[in-house]
Amino acid sequence: MENTFELSVTVNGTSYQKVIDPRTLLSDFLRNDLELTGTHVGCEHGVCGACTIILNGDPVRSCLLFAPQVHGQEIITVEGLGTVDDMHPLQDAFREAHALQCGFCTPGFLTTLVPWLEENPNPTEEEIREAVSGNLCRCTGYQHIIDAVKLAAEKMN
Amino acid sequence: MTYKVIGKRVKRVEDPRLLTGGALFVGDVNLPNMLHAAFFRSDYAHAKIKSIDTSLAKEIPGVVGVYTAEDMGEAWEPGPPLVSPPPTLEGVVFNSRRQVPLVKDKVKHAGEIIAVVVAESRYIAEDAVEEIYVDYEPLPAVTNLEKCLEPGHPLVHDDLDSNLAAYLVQNKGDYEAAKKEADLVLKRKFKLDRGAAVAMENRGIVVDWDQKNQHLMIWDTTQSPIPIRNGMAARLGLRTHQVRVVAPFVGGGFGPKIMMFYAEEMVLPWLTMKLNRPVKWIEDRKENFYATTQEREQVQEVEMALSKEGRILGIKQKIIHDTGAFDPYGLTTPLNTQSHSMGGYDVQNYNSELFVVFTNKIIVTPVRGAGRPQGIYVVERMLDIASKELKLDPRDVRRLNFIPKDAFPYNHEIIDQAFVELVLDSGNYLPAYEKALEKIEYDKFVQEEQPRLRAEGKYVGIGVVPFIETTGVGPYEGARVAVEPSGKISAATGVGTQGQSHMTSFAQIIAEELGVEVEDVSLVSGDTAEIHWGTGTFASRGAVVAGNAVLAAASDVRKKVLKLASKILETPEDELELEGGLVRVADIPEKSISLGELAVLANPFRGAVEPGTEPGLESTKYFGPAYGATAFGVHGMILEVDPETMMIKIHKYIAVEDCGTMLNPLVVEGQIHGGVSMGIGNAYYEKLHYDENAQLLNASLADYLIPTSAEMPHIEVYHENTPAPNNKLGTKGVGEAGAIPVPAAFAQALENALPDFNLEITETPLSPNRLYELLYKSEE
Amino acid sequence: MKPAPFKYYAPQSVPEVLDLLNEYGYDAKVLAGGQSLVPMMNFRLVQPAVIVDINKTPELSYIEPHDKGVHLGAMVRHSQAEKDPLIKEHAPLIHETMPQIATVQIRNRGTIGGSLAHADSSAELVVVTTALDAKFKIQNQKGERLVPAAEFFVGLLTTSMEPEDLLVEVQIPPMPAHSGWSLKEVARRPHDFALMGVAVILTLDKKERCTEARMVYLSAGDGPISAPEAAKLLIGNEITPELITAAAEKAAADEIDPGSDIHATAEFRRHLANVLTRRALEEALQRAKGGN
Repeated sequence: MENTFELSVTVNGTSYQKVIDPRTLLSDFLRNDLELTGTHVGCEHGVCGACTIILNGDPVRSCLLFAPQVHGQEIITVEGLGTVDDMHPLQDAFREAHALQCGFCTPGFLTTLVPWLEENPNPTEEEIREAVSGNLCRCTGYQHIIDAVKLAAEKMN
Repeated sequence: MTYKVIGKRVKRVEDPRLLTGGALFVGDVNLPNMLHAAFFRSDYAHAKIKSIDTSLAKEIPGVVGVYTAEDMGEAWEPGPPLVSPPPTLEGVVFNSRRQVPLVKDKVKHAGEIIAVVVAESRYIAEDAVEEIYVDYEPLPAVTNLEKCLEPGHPLVHDDLDSNLAAYLVQNKGDYEAAKKEADLVLKRKFKLDRGAAVAMENRGIVVDWDQKNQHLMIWDTTQSPIPIRNGMAARLGLRTHQVRVVAPFVGGGFGPKIMMFYAEEMVLPWLTMKLNRPVKWIEDRKENFYATTQEREQVQEVEMALSKEGRILGIKQKIIHDTGAFDPYGLTTPLNTQSHSMGGYDVQNYNSELFVVFTNKIIVTPVRGAGRPQGIYVVERMLDIASKELKLDPRDVRRLNFIPKDAFPYNHEIIDQAFVELVLDSGNYLPAYEKALEKIEYDKFVQEEQPRLRAEGKYVGIGVVPFIETTGVGPYEGARVAVEPSGKISAATGVGTQGQSHMTSFAQIIAEELGVEVEDVSLVSGDTAEIHWGTGTFASRGAVVAGNAVLAAASDVRKKVLKLASKILETPEDELELEGGLVRVADIPEKSISLGELAVLANPFRGAVEPGTEPGLESTKYFGPAYGATAFGVHGMILEVDPETMMIKIHKYIAVEDCGTMLNPLVVEGQIHGGVSMGIGNAYYEKLHYDENAQLLNASLADYLIPTSAEMPHIEVYHENTPAPNNKLGTKGVGEAGAIPVPAAFAQALENALPDFNLEITETPLSPNRLYELLYKSEE
Repeated sequence: MKPAPFKYYAPQSVPEVLDLLNEYGYDAKVLAGGQSLVPMMNFRLVQPAVIVDINKTPELSYIEPHDKGVHLGAMVRHSQAEKDPLIKEHAPLIHETMPQIATVQIRNRGTIGGSLAHADSSAELVVVTTALDAKFKIQNQKGERLVPAAEFFVGLLTTSMEPEDLLVEVQIPPMPAHSGWSLKEVARRPHDFALMGVAVILTLDKKERCTEARMVYLSAGDGPISAPEAAKLLIGNEITPELITAAAEKAAADEIDPGSDIHATAEFRRHLANVLTRRALEEALQRAKGGN
């Protein structure tokens, strides 16, 4: 008898039902089974943060979750934050401040920051540095990312 | 022409897709019927293979095949040499040894591939990898740069009589004579350790052989798709039109993604042609530490002869450079070290003996800086040490030695990676240095701040370091620019993008030349179907070499536009303007024609044309400089160190950079910030811990520490502009600049913060533990 | 880096969990936050045949006051504890500890119980609960028992629990009056595992003499390492800078047993222990005197 799991999950407002191998990491489920490739895989040991998604409102590492664990739950990935024609103010701010270069780590920063900005609408530079200290970026040195967050906070208030 | 876009802080055209998860990276490629590969990699760094048992692996459901070197048959051959030793140097010894697709007899570094599994999913493929059993005869590993050339030492390559990969001597003037005149001769030994690039995206390849069409499609995270295409076609006996390589969005390169051909790049195409199905391999992070190239390890003995005023009379140097188990990349990196060991200083006498050695570690190819940081490190450290011994202000010592601004172009007479004598094309070092000192408030710091903080028990120090960076080397790059019937512009160039913003900064060049909006220019890079000739993105050359090709092509299109428009509008060319996507008569703006209409007229569907007409408004041009453009800069930092816990905090960081004409200041600043973060990593956080068996002990991001936002200071960037005289844009590269001076500035600042200790730093990287040993334990 | 295959269960209640643990024994691993377990599985360092995911059990997520102390269900997420006002008021050392654990994304999933059951000697909660003399409630199919922290952590990544046991509750006793505390650690980057750290609790009497002192170290041995001999130097005395120095030296030199690894040598760790003990004792003393 095959070892499978029947998974029901809502991602970016859409319900999905898939039969999967229970050991499938959530990051792989999103990328391969749902073809939502905006969530990126950088390390698979929970350090780099590129795979961060929003689970029931909280940013978490999707590489450290098995897909069955999100059965019946709600996920938002970077694709759910905005579209090319209608970007979230944070995405707009990232563009304006040149907060992305290769763009690989960017989705993880966005999903970490969107919930955080809702709870911290007026952050200081120190607070922003601390908030993103769990996301690695090799291209930007983080400075423009911090500028983008300040800009977004202004825009959103 | 009043429409100016070059030099503006333009928002990137590539961003919306990247921001909304809609950009294609190699890992996102998903083809029907696709298989997944996983590799069995050697645990041992140096071992003979006695037997390989793949029988159990083959039985796992979902496994399509398990292959070793034997299975490859005649298709098995080592990778081609990429970069031969410089043809212009006499007396060069070079033993070329190249990496192999699958190991045959002897493993030469941990992570070398012994077998490949192809299965329906990566999960199953990894299950099968666990069921492969290899019988090894372990051999002693070669790891020590200073000992590995001793007679009787274990050999990485048994067919050589030593671990010498290369030897050469570069000489300028007469050091020994200069030494005789010296008031001070300083001699020091430097130990510089390996570092990894750690791009956020690991490598990856997807290959798809279409048997009916006889066509091979390759997606590869490479920095050089065109050479990959050429080399793949040659290896597989295909014509170049039968192979297409696409490097889509690539998540950071920093050097190692230009290495060709990785073993995986040699194995995957063979698999897809054998199995007739697409095959995908995405490197995981653990593999990245074993399978992707690294750089920076050297041992140097440096001698500097100076006058009592601090004038450098000569430098003598012995470099032992680690190339890892193979040397496909030739001498590029250590030549860069040599060409930067005199910094931006006027040094008339230089003698440098280079030994490149094989070790049982992963291959060395350039990582951001590519040998330059090591050169700058040793010269700046020697000058700091000399300043102390001669009791001179270290700033005066720099000022005294800078190449003066009227001495350019300045021939250093040293061969560098461009295979010609290094000519520094332009430079104006003194004002940049003074600006840095002013912006960091050097005098105020040492006279007021530092004593005040000392009195409070705080240990703070300042370090300011100038540097040069050779950029913009050849051989060449090309660009194609075309006006489409829609009036929008399409363009292509061979330099792939891994975050450098080419799609925007090159679009700015075209937009200004043709009078269109930046968003209306669509530039493709990294697709061999779009442009046939090119080399790749490396050595801080994209803006210079590809940028100038883009300019040349766009200028040519502009000429064609004007010629045709002049005919249509019956107006002389010099009375025409290009703006807003239109060609207009200067004083009669209603008399105009759009670029799109012109493009249609330029490509008639029927009828006769004048002989010699080229259709369309399109041009392909190449740019190949005789020598590169030398950028320069000065970085400064103020840091605080806790002499009990060894924790450091950088309080202030300034970077003065001069890359000539900037295409887009936002992009330049981003490049500096990123480079500095890698430099700070190299200074205090990033160390690859290899043990005596050449085993890497910290192959994970939890243990190989790259800076987070918490480690990074705010960086103030200031721009100087000494335009490059040898290219129309006047631009120089800046991609690696940020990383180059940081370890030297860090060492200077740290020593400055701890004057009570007899601290002399001659190694990178440092760490809290190492600093503790240097401060509190006698030197071993 | 994909995990090896396993059978997956997501029981809906604690009794169901205990049934599964009883059935599978050593073949099963409990999956709580997963922030320590899943990386190990992805590296294939551990390959459990059975995963018992306890995230669906509703009974273990509470934070309740208890006699001026606090009781926490084992599935309380770190981020939940970090924001909780009861913990801020009744368990201030825990409150101070929480933001120092890993990163925000890790804290959103990681659990108090999971961290303790994993028993990593570099985990702040392991050391802080030991310093606080917390008690752990363990259940299995046969019943439940209460184990003091000092007996719970028995070795390298090892607790006194058997395969059929489940940690269900952590009981933090109230901080005695006139107590001060401190947690000091040194890490390469703020969220990395500490190279060395110490949790200190001092209690003073009305004459400001020390009546109780606890010093527990992380990354200093196979589990949380206490320094009772150093503590004895303080008890019964007015705590002077000289005594602090002596206690720090004693603990660092004689009572901890740190190892050497790529990040730090044992000697450097001892040096750091000395420095951090001094700083922690100074801070704890300040707090004890200032009242809280």
